[in-house]
Amino acid sequence: MSMKTRVSAYTLSVALIWSSGALAQQKAEVLHWWTSAGESASVKVFADQFTKAGGTWVDNAIAGGANARTAGINRMVGGNPPTMMQFNTGKQFDELVSNDLVRDVDAQAKAGKWREIMPKPIVDATVREGKFFAVPVNIHGQNWMFYNTKIFADADLEPPKTFPELVESGEKLKAKGIIPIALGGQPNWEHNLFRAVVVGHGGADMFRQLYGTRKPDVLKSPKFKETVELFGKMRGLVDPGSPGRNWNDATALVITNKAAMHFNGDWAKGEFLAAGQSAGKEYGCTVVGQEPKLVIGGDVFVLPATKDKAALATQDKLVEVLLDPASQLEFNKKKGSIPVRMDVDVSSMDVCAQKSHAILKDPANQVESMEILSPPNFSGAMQDAVTQYWNNPNMSADAFIEKITSAMRDAG
Amino acid sequence: MDTISIRAPSMPSGGTKTQRRVKTRLPAAVALLPTALIVLVVYIGCMLWTVRLSFTSSTLLPKLDWVGLAQYSRLFANDRFLTSASNIVIFGALFISGCLVIGFLLAVFIDQNIRGEGLFRTVFLYPYSMSFVVTGVAWQWFLNPGLGLQKLVRDMGFESFTFDWLVNQRMAIYTIVVAGLWHGAGLTMAILLAGLRGVDKDLWKAAKVDGIPTWRVYTSVVLPLLRPMVVTAVVLLTTGVVKLYDLVVAMTLGGPGIATEVPAKFVMDHLFERNNIGLGTAAATIMLITVVSILAPWVYIRYVRPQGRHA
Repeated sequence: MSMKTRVSAYTLSVALIWSSGALAQQKAEVLHWWTSAGESASVKVFADQFTKAGGTWVDNAIAGGANARTAGINRMVGGNPPTMMQFNTGKQFDELVSNDLVRDVDAQAKAGKWREIMPKPIVDATVREGKFFAVPVNIHGQNWMFYNTKIFADADLEPPKTFPELVESGEKLKAKGIIPIALGGQPNWEHNLFRAVVVGHGGADMFRQLYGTRKPDVLKSPKFKETVELFGKMRGLVDPGSPGRNWNDATALVITNKAAMHFNGDWAKGEFLAAGQSAGKEYGCTVVGQEPKLVIGGDVFVLPATKDKAALATQDKLVEVLLDPASQLEFNKKKGSIPVRMDVDVSSMDVCAQKSHAILKDPANQVESMEILSPPNFSGAMQDAVTQYWNNPNMSADAFIEKITSAMRDAG
Repeated sequence: MDTISIRAPSMPSGGTKTQRRVKTRLPAAVALLPTALIVLVVYIGCMLWTVRLSFTSSTLLPKLDWVGLAQYSRLFANDRFLTSASNIVIFGALFISGCLVIGFLLAVFIDQNIRGEGLFRTVFLYPYSMSFVVTGVAWQWFLNPGLGLQKLVRDMGFESFTFDWLVNQRMAIYTIVVAGLWHGAGLTMAILLAGLRGVDKDLWKAAKVDGIPTWRVYTSVVLPLLRPMVVTAVVLLTTGVVKLYDLVVAMTLGGPGIATEVPAKFVMDHLFERNNIGLGTAAATIMLITVVSILAPWVYIRYVRPQGRHA
């Protein structure tokens, strides 16, 4: 026996032992973009649960959603996919489904009664051709208003319930030298504020017509013009340092008692938490509008298609872990979102999460997010229009509406 | 930017001279082959592909249909693109002329054989070692009315002092120019200083004998001699203008509103965020046409003509 054969025999046996070990251990490579402190703590909940269930979690975190998605999609197309991969709830994985690159999980969905325990907008955004092609894991509300309780108490004001009220109390706060609205003055946050006004003042149907069906009729209604003018009035309620500011710097203005109100998704809770503040005490959260409608999106995991039986078993195990009530609760506490399963008891979560859960109990209050309703082409054109209107106080509501009309026409 | 001509090795048909030439040229040609292929396939190929896609209705994935000039008519009706185009003209003109003037003055200053020359040279060149992202973030903080200069001066007691260019729609593009100048002037200085050091000492002596004032020597004698350095600097600065993207993203994200949008950002946003390949590639094609029409006469004069003369 030559040296060479002995070496290769050795390698082979090692390889065999190693791979059989991997089989028994159920190794799962998970690709996601949860890289901030709060986010990685939340994904660790899943990792720990999976390890407890006897698997090995290989964490592949790539900073930046677009980067992570590009990397993951390239690997799927190239035939070397991760075991599981994150997407946002919505249209991002449409083409993967139509190219048969991801596995349907409808069997698990039927067994777990997903259609009954999850809000309809989330189900609709995940189901393609009648089958679940992704596992939703959380619900983020995007149109929360966070407010500084001390500022409102000192000014003897109640947190506003509607947008006209908000403009009124905003003017009063401004007179006292307080920044009424802390805004991260980047186009996407300006657009997020606009959407909060549309759904809060214009209502859920207007929001769906504007971002979903995209028919110009909605733009002609007097109510829409009123909403746009109201949004225009709010331009005077932000401070001059707003343009270009990061969203977390805007949140910090509320934390440090400089600003009264801040519109953001519930992920902003992480900033308050990091500053040692708790919901209901130093800060409050509310949804502004005649009837509180919550614009919801979230995250899902897709399971890339594979023929490998061991990999399939690993994926099944992952699905179990993701939707296990205990890991749902722990994960969402850290993430700032709420469990995607409406049957989980949220009494141990913070007041904002409980409020969120209570609002979403009524299906009429569930409004699907722009990411679910609109193609990026249209939402991008909308963003351009909103940022121009917001930053140019001389631009009339009619000129803005004209811009939206052409955005609708171009995006088809 | 330099052109390398590769002459195909002629057949070794005897004759020691030819054989020797083939022997020395063949490895060079083989070594350059990959580069030539990459240039042809990657650069030229991608350019043609981009131009082709600009005539399609592609959204997320490339689609090879034909919609004629539809994307271009959309592009020129898009106020964001028009703002981007006028911004790049403003930025380009002010940035290049500003860098040349400041760079030349700095170079002349250092050329006076001042004490601590090395220190000054390092200080002036240092901004260039920063990435545009760092530059942009630093200037964003410095110019933010609530954090930077304006607040500093107000805190010193001048309550009415206002410097809000960064958040002012009409002035924001000039803050990008200022940050660009801070970043690029040092490099221009280094290039021109090298040129100044190469000026023949006898010229200076002759000018002294004739009693010509120093400033006059700089403008009438030295500056014309520096022409090649100025051209080099202009080319380097121009590439900086065309690819202007990261500075804007770090400093203003195109805001306030769309006041500081630039063409490269328009292309990037539409290709990668908005799933609008058709419109993005149309904008890229317009950029390409502009660059080519500016560069072509210069390339012709500098490279094509002299080579023609030699051959």
